[in-house]
Amino acid sequence: MTGVRTLPPLVGYALALGDDALILAQRLGEWVSYAPQMEEDIALANIGLDLLGQARTLLSYAGAVEGAGRDEDDLAYLRDDRDFRNVQLVEIPNGDFAVTMARQLIFSAYQYELYTALLDSGDPTLAGLAGKAVKEVDYHRDHATQWVLRLGDGTELSRARMQAGLDQVWPYVDELFDPADAAGLAGVAADPAALRPAWERYVTRVLDEATLRRPEPRWRSRGGRSGLHTEHLGHLLAEMQHLHRSHPGASW
Amino acid sequence: MSSPQAENSTRGWPLWEVFVRARRGLSHQHVGSLHAPDAAMALRNARDVYTRRGEGVSIWVVPSSAIVANSPDEKDRFFDPAVDKVYRHPTFYDVPEGAKHL
Amino acid sequence: MGGGVYGNYDTATAGDSATGAVSEDARRHFDQLIAADQRIEPRDWMPDAYRKTLIRQIAQHAHSEIIGMQPEGNWITRAPSLRRKAILIAKVQDEAGHGLYLYSAAETLGVERDELVDLLLAGRQKYSSIFNYPTLNWADVGAIGWLVDGAAIMNQVPLCRCSYGPYGRAMVRICKEESFHQRQGFEILYTLSHGALAQKEMAQDAVNRFWWPSLMMFGPPDDASSHSAESIAWGIKRFSNDELRQRFVDMTVPQAEVLGLTLPDDDLRWNAERGHYDFGAIDWDEFARVIRGDGPCNAERMRRRRQAHEDGAWVREAAQAYADKHAPRELAEARAS
Repeated sequence: MTGVRTLPPLVGYALALGDDALILAQRLGEWVSYAPQMEEDIALANIGLDLLGQARTLLSYAGAVEGAGRDEDDLAYLRDDRDFRNVQLVEIPNGDFAVTMARQLIFSAYQYELYTALLDSGDPTLAGLAGKAVKEVDYHRDHATQWVLRLGDGTELSRARMQAGLDQVWPYVDELFDPADAAGLAGVAADPAALRPAWERYVTRVLDEATLRRPEPRWRSRGGRSGLHTEHLGHLLAEMQHLHRSHPGASW
Repeated sequence: MSSPQAENSTRGWPLWEVFVRARRGLSHQHVGSLHAPDAAMALRNARDVYTRRGEGVSIWVVPSSAIVANSPDEKDRFFDPAVDKVYRHPTFYDVPEGAKHL
Repeated sequence: MGGGVYGNYDTATAGDSATGAVSEDARRHFDQLIAADQRIEPRDWMPDAYRKTLIRQIAQHAHSEIIGMQPEGNWITRAPSLRRKAILIAKVQDEAGHGLYLYSAAETLGVERDELVDLLLAGRQKYSSIFNYPTLNWADVGAIGWLVDGAAIMNQVPLCRCSYGPYGRAMVRICKEESFHQRQGFEILYTLSHGALAQKEMAQDAVNRFWWPSLMMFGPPDDASSHSAESIAWGIKRFSNDELRQRFVDMTVPQAEVLGLTLPDDDLRWNAERGHYDFGAIDWDEFARVIRGDGPCNAERMRRRRQAHEDGAWVREAAQAYADKHAPRELAEARAS
């Protein structure tokens, strides 16, 4: 199956949010046993678990609303890259700890505004998820902030690497806030563009305090929500999906 | 085994003792220790390491070196004010939690 | 930190280097506590050999938890369902936590965690030999949960009553979490052995590779074990290697039957006279080889741990530098020993 199949708006929306969480959880899973400090192995695993929990709720919901018999695993393991609706930010490689923390800061701060907005969603499942998730991502955002501060305002080396990390992920920021087609989602979805001002205020404060420079990228990412991804997603999915796909119909 | 200062980069991360109050109505219990560079990270690490199952309502972290203790065996010297070094506070458990079920 | 916090380095009160009078009283008190099955706590006088043995045992236990994250973590990105992925991440996270509880217990004896990690990386402290085997298929994750955690529990439950308080308490904490791991491993294998043929074969293959190394986890036979007698006398070790190994076999064989999987031992059979299962000869040469560093994954395990440690140095230094700039008062207090 190539191209993003046309899905009912709510299904597409739940998948988009779910894919964000799923792909980022997958990336964080790669840090296990490799973090800079044992306590950090636990912290990153915690964040990964929270995101995976959000993904499972969202994917299950998408499948239920679609009503075609697809469950969370069918959606996670049997879709091809072109059917994934995550933003490109979450699929790029982890890089070093600075790149990972830069991404965590940007994305957690985005999710914080997203779930705060979804607390008022007219859809009870989304509002319910938001109630739980906003506390989780508040912690994720705080965790990333603590590290960006320490790396930015730590040693000369750490500042250089933290700045480089920000520079690497900043081109993926605009995509988070691109206006989305709101047809059929009035009162249910959060308007991405409306999330930006609060996000800006938070992130700017952190960068300033961390003595970091806000990057001015010369390019920006596009297309994740439409199934147009970086070359990285294919490899990520090949690894993630291989075993499941090798045994069609099997239970685990 | 003696303890020469290890020459590597976490040498500077001090040890903190962690106390958790699992529920309202209980008091804080000593649950262990961890390394962190400062109080903010110590609190967050403690939450991750010692309350992963949502066990904690309130967490205290204290630099291990800040704790002053008696020694249970120094009976006659308990109130001697001439304490010239820091001691760890003894933690007493009557029965280890859950030991019977294991 | 200097280790002074836990009081056991003070030359005035430290073990065998104390004055004769203090040492005799202290020694008697220590022996009384041990005889009465009471707990030794960090501020108590203890023989140097007791402390050394405990440090070695606790540290090696901690290293095992940390190194154990690697073979299991190997399957996080490929877990075949989201539920299994979540359970596996939680399990590996638990293992990191267990390692930290144990390092924390070791530190009450006056060593620093970094020293212990240095000893691990220098090959001077060990970790459980089982983690030198690779996880080659998904069923290995189940086998590790069922067999390896099962063996660990067998070993750990008695340690909850270890004479050294902090170690016993860490073990209580760990045991509470460990039974979840063993059940999950069993469940993985049960699903596989009752699934498609390819899945059943996967499960059987995993058991075939992990059975003997699991038996080796209990250590050398009693007559060849150099540390045991002392450890038992001091209430550090409650049962011998062979006793625990036998208990493990007796517990596990019926479970294998429930799984519908065979154990790769033609000599395994119930002995009514003994009331236990007889089992075949363990290849102690393989065990010795693996312990010595010549196992399938020893080099890789160390390489990865060393790499994580070295690659993370700049991060740890940054945190330290930040703390120096922003929390000088707390840090000064914390370093005051």
